[in-house]
Amino acid sequence: MSRPERPVDPMFVPPLVKTPRRSFNLQRLKRRPSMRSAVIALAVVIAAGLLLPLLAPQDPYDLNSFSVMDNRLPPGERSMDGLTFWLGTDSQGRDMVSAILFGLRVSLLVGLTATAIALTIGVTVGLFAVNFGGKIDALLMRLVDFILGFPSILVALVLLAVMGRGVDKVVFAIVAVQWAIYARIMRAAALVERRKEYVEAAQNLGYSNGRIMFRHLLPNSIGAVLVVATIQVAHAITLEATLSFLGVGVPVTRPSLGLLVANGFEFLLSGEYWISVFPGLALVVLIFSLNLVGDRMRRAFEARRA
Amino acid sequence: MGTFVLQRLLQSIGVLLAVSLVVFLAVYAIGDPVELLVSQEATELERDRMIQILGLDRPIWEQYLTFLGNALRGDLGQSFVHGEPAIQLIVSRMPATFELVFFALLLACLVGIPLGLVAGLHSDSRTSRIIMTGSILGYSLPNFWKGMMLILLLSVWVHWLPTSGRGETVTVLGVPLSFLTLDGIRHLVMPVLNLSIPNMALMTRLTASGAAEARLQDYVRFARAKGVRPQGIVRRHILRNILIPIVTVVGVEFGQLIAFSTITETVFAWPGMGKLLITSIYRLDRPVVVAYIMMITFLFVIINLTVDLIYAALDPRVKLMERAS
Repeated sequence: MSRPERPVDPMFVPPLVKTPRRSFNLQRLKRRPSMRSAVIALAVVIAAGLLLPLLAPQDPYDLNSFSVMDNRLPPGERSMDGLTFWLGTDSQGRDMVSAILFGLRVSLLVGLTATAIALTIGVTVGLFAVNFGGKIDALLMRLVDFILGFPSILVALVLLAVMGRGVDKVVFAIVAVQWAIYARIMRAAALVERRKEYVEAAQNLGYSNGRIMFRHLLPNSIGAVLVVATIQVAHAITLEATLSFLGVGVPVTRPSLGLLVANGFEFLLSGEYWISVFPGLALVVLIFSLNLVGDRMRRAFEARRA
Repeated sequence: MGTFVLQRLLQSIGVLLAVSLVVFLAVYAIGDPVELLVSQEATELERDRMIQILGLDRPIWEQYLTFLGNALRGDLGQSFVHGEPAIQLIVSRMPATFELVFFALLLACLVGIPLGLVAGLHSDSRTSRIIMTGSILGYSLPNFWKGMMLILLLSVWVHWLPTSGRGETVTVLGVPLSFLTLDGIRHLVMPVLNLSIPNMALMTRLTASGAAEARLQDYVRFARAKGVRPQGIVRRHILRNILIPIVTVVGVEFGQLIAFSTITETVFAWPGMGKLLITSIYRLDRPVVVAYIMMITFLFVIINLTVDLIYAALDPRVKLMERAS
């Protein structure tokens, strides 16, 4: 390594110098009010995104279920056929509550899928780098440095500019920028684990490299990766929302929260705030609670290791 | 130190070559380059002429060398929409972006470092907890939505600030600047604030964790034992020691903010290079997109190189690592 490892995400990366801290165990963590409310908020938002679209007053994908006559009604107004729009309607007469619930589902789907794929690739690459070492390790880590040297939003933006929009393409773009983070963290964690005695013991028992890699190194070093994953889900969701807002993300037919906000942009100046405010609020609650839970988890994890 | 600089320089050139190859392959080899680089409204005659000029009838490695040669001479094609060289177009938008980024960074340091000091020096207090949780919130607000909320609040509801554009500019040494006129400043406020908030959060957290650590170090205890006053300890011992990571992060963040200004510029119709990129993507103005990728890569290579060198100069451990490896 010719370069000192600069923090991947300085926002949530531990400082370089270690000093003893107050002990911070999981039990106490659970009792912290901010943590508890963040977990509850997160559970509510995720449940709403995954379950409630079934109960939504309207199907925003079904053009027959809403009428353009109801367009841009402020929150609380009623439709022609008596349905109350608690959060108003958009420019096509869609109920914002339904639109948000369906949009939430798209955002969650993209964020979770992208994270799962990026994590799998990153963890595998990190493990292989540690296992094979030498040139392969150096090459892989150079690639990781190279990718992390550029802001993720820019790389994803450029990728999508070339590929065009689509749910699968957004997932691809997010995976392309995020796997490197997991690879770096996994490698660092696995390097520490490999020096431990049980690995030596396993080697002496004649276990194969593959077995040591996946049965010993993987389960013992995955913790560090999983702690970061919560925050990375938030990153992935933000990234998707931003790309969709910029018009290179999900297609218009499957609007995510970011695209809903974008749709309201042109009506903002005339004071029709609800079209962009409420989807954005849903997004903020989701991202904020993910970040909060992720941050607390990371601190608990560090305290446990120290 | 000499070998370190040389090594990093060579790596940087490698990165540039790699990106140019990837961009070249993406534009020329995978898609139909004629369709990508020749405007859709071109006639058959113009198409043939372009194919000849671009040398698309020659072997691919020769085409790449031509592309590279042209790029080195600063020629990355003509914009379809604006009809001028793509590089020139981007360079003309740079001052607007740099102005935004500079003030956003400045604001982030001015707000973030003091907040971080407060949070880090009293890390068990309620104030500290509020600041730290607030910083996570600041970091969690999606940039585009936050910008729109600023517009809603400060332009639509109270009519204090204009919603878009750069306002009146003053040209200094051929560079138009907004911050020298009152109208320009009024246009700057919201974009700068929007770009700055996540960065403030970052500076706050960085300073706080640095200060919380430094506070427990021996040199602080010795200084206290020596009878140095608390303000003196903070200023001369704590702040000075946590400035190393802060300086590095400011460097890295300079690049990050250029990327994020794409979003802010789109929301506030700020005529910078990020807005240019987005409109070029919409209008399928590919030469500008290609030129933007190459220029931003160049910029990032320079930023990363500079940050590494500063890091190496400030942190003696890097030199030790060199010797060991």
